[in-house]
Amino acid sequence: MTAAPALPQLPKAPTGIDGLDEITNGGLPLGRPTLLCGSAGCGKTLMSVEFLVRGIQEFDEPGVLMAFEETADELAANVTSLGFDLKQLVADKKLRLDHVHVDRSEIEETGEYDLEGLFIRLGYAIDSIGAKRVVLDTIESLFSGFSNQAVLRSEIRRLFRWLKDKGVTTIITAERGEGSLTRQGLEEYVSDCVILLDNRVINQITTRRLRIVKYRGSIHGTNEYPYLITEDGISVLPVTSLKLEHEVSNEVVSTGVPGLDEMFKSRGLYRGSSTLITGTAGTAKTTLAAAFSAESCRRGERCLYFAFEESPQQLIRNMQSVGMDLQPFVEQGLLHIEASRPTLNGLEQHLVTIHKLIGQYQPRTVVIDPISNLVSVGSITEVRGMLTRLIDYLKVQGVTALFTALVSGRNANQEMTEEGVSSLVDTWIHVRDLEGIGERNRGVSILKARGMAHSNQVREFLVTEEGIRLLDVVIGPGGIVTGASRHTQYLQEQAASLAAEQEIERRERELERKRRVLEATIANLRTEFESVEEELRRSNQEEEQRHQELAQARQQIAAGHNARPGAHSAAAPANS
Amino acid sequence: MDEETWELRLYVAGQTVKSVTALANLKKYCEEHLSGRYRLEVIDLLQHPQLAEGDQILAIPTLVRKVPSPIRKIIGDLSNQERVLVGLDIRSGLHK
Repeated sequence: MTAAPALPQLPKAPTGIDGLDEITNGGLPLGRPTLLCGSAGCGKTLMSVEFLVRGIQEFDEPGVLMAFEETADELAANVTSLGFDLKQLVADKKLRLDHVHVDRSEIEETGEYDLEGLFIRLGYAIDSIGAKRVVLDTIESLFSGFSNQAVLRSEIRRLFRWLKDKGVTTIITAERGEGSLTRQGLEEYVSDCVILLDNRVINQITTRRLRIVKYRGSIHGTNEYPYLITEDGISVLPVTSLKLEHEVSNEVVSTGVPGLDEMFKSRGLYRGSSTLITGTAGTAKTTLAAAFSAESCRRGERCLYFAFEESPQQLIRNMQSVGMDLQPFVEQGLLHIEASRPTLNGLEQHLVTIHKLIGQYQPRTVVIDPISNLVSVGSITEVRGMLTRLIDYLKVQGVTALFTALVSGRNANQEMTEEGVSSLVDTWIHVRDLEGIGERNRGVSILKARGMAHSNQVREFLVTEEGIRLLDVVIGPGGIVTGASRHTQYLQEQAASLAAEQEIERRERELERKRRVLEATIANLRTEFESVEEELRRSNQEEEQRHQELAQARQQIAAGHNARPGAHSAAAPANS
Repeated sequence: MDEETWELRLYVAGQTVKSVTALANLKKYCEEHLSGRYRLEVIDLLQHPQLAEGDQILAIPTLVRKVPSPIRKIIGDLSNQERVLVGLDIRSGLHK
């Protein structure tokens, strides 16, 4: 990869084996011999047979299998379980099985010899079907058949050379020796690529691992990669895909709990992100996880739920008690609950099961409840490795994932950091007991959420018959209050508001009274005014009357004594 | 058993030194010990490679005793007379 792109790469023959081509950067060296070594029960023969069969099926490269230990019939029977029909392939002239029987008791040696017979047989087999791939399983059987080591060694050396000249991609298997890769300590030096298979039992759990010891002229993954013999053949799991370049989505999906969505600024989780819910025992992690998967199903998206603690029926029943009916989703095929005990398999087997089910169901969301249980089948490092691979895989697939993890109460945060899971996930939600004065309440908080703002509050939530309900934040004198304190706070607030209401009512009444007093006063004044007015009017009337009477009287006088008009005119202004 | 005709097959690959030596040696022993009672077939695998599988031939040269049974194989250039005779079980036949 580092070399200039103009230079031709070493040509490679893809094996078609799940994952192996990825770590060998394309396959085995084309037209060159590869040594596959390992102790008994590693799957050497299986891997080489798969190499041939895949070569025929996927790349149309006929193959020759020269078996030194098993007869053609035995081989065919042994790989039938993987769905490989060797006999059919032989009949189609795509494969040639040649059983080489070496029995020392039948052979007497005198004088010089070479293994030209083997070469001729192999050459004939290759030429008869135009083979591009050859497997020799297990070449060191020759050493038990012939006593002349010197001849054998030189002949095997010659064989490798000859195979290269033939231009066939070859796998040679060998038993692992003491302190060296092979018993004879020869093959690894003449092979261009050496793959070591290992079968290790740690804590009573077997893990098979594969390592590329050497690969001439090519870069390759150098780590130990776990591999499995599954029903579909060998499956090698690269620890992590070497690059971090998965597609990201801006789409937001709901967590299934409305209140929890609101704690995120974008009202949910990004699609394709991974979320971890940690919490101590009994903090409703599973309920949250189930809510998430139910929400996914409501959107019409398939969800795969791995339950490592509960059986599907139990989970469905328990969720019904909190108002979540998963049964219809299961019946519609939207929800698949895969329940198994963590100790059932090794970690790698779990990983493969998960991979396989994901491949099978193509879910948009995956829930693993809980991942912490897997620790029981492996060391922390292994679990971390597995989870890294899993999260990686899910991200590449664009699957929205949710994991729950049980943590012990004391140092919850540190522990998860040790496992290194926290750095792998995008969102970390922590649920915990808020233990106060004689009671426990559940609180949920968001420890981190990559790429979105989120609430910093610890929100109390209730698991009710209608599901999970986040309660409003109540802030008391000492911060956020929960449970009984919340209730007390509520009562206090209620009393205070009642008092305030009463105060207002009292004031209203006071005002009313004042108004009434005012109105009464006004009425009084008006009455008073009216009486004064009346008095005044009456006196005015009397005066008028008197005045008129006086005028009449004068007129009468004037009529009677009409003597001096000047006197009358002088008197008139005085009365007007 | 003595009356039986021995069937011997010698597998070679071309005219190599080892093959030629083996054939010469074999002919010599047969003439000495099995004169008139044997049939020798020389198979050149370069010409008939398909025949190698039948007798499980790996080494060259290989001498196969087909009859009398059981089948016995001797590999090498047959330079050690003693071993060849023991291997083919000829000597015991002669002593009878």
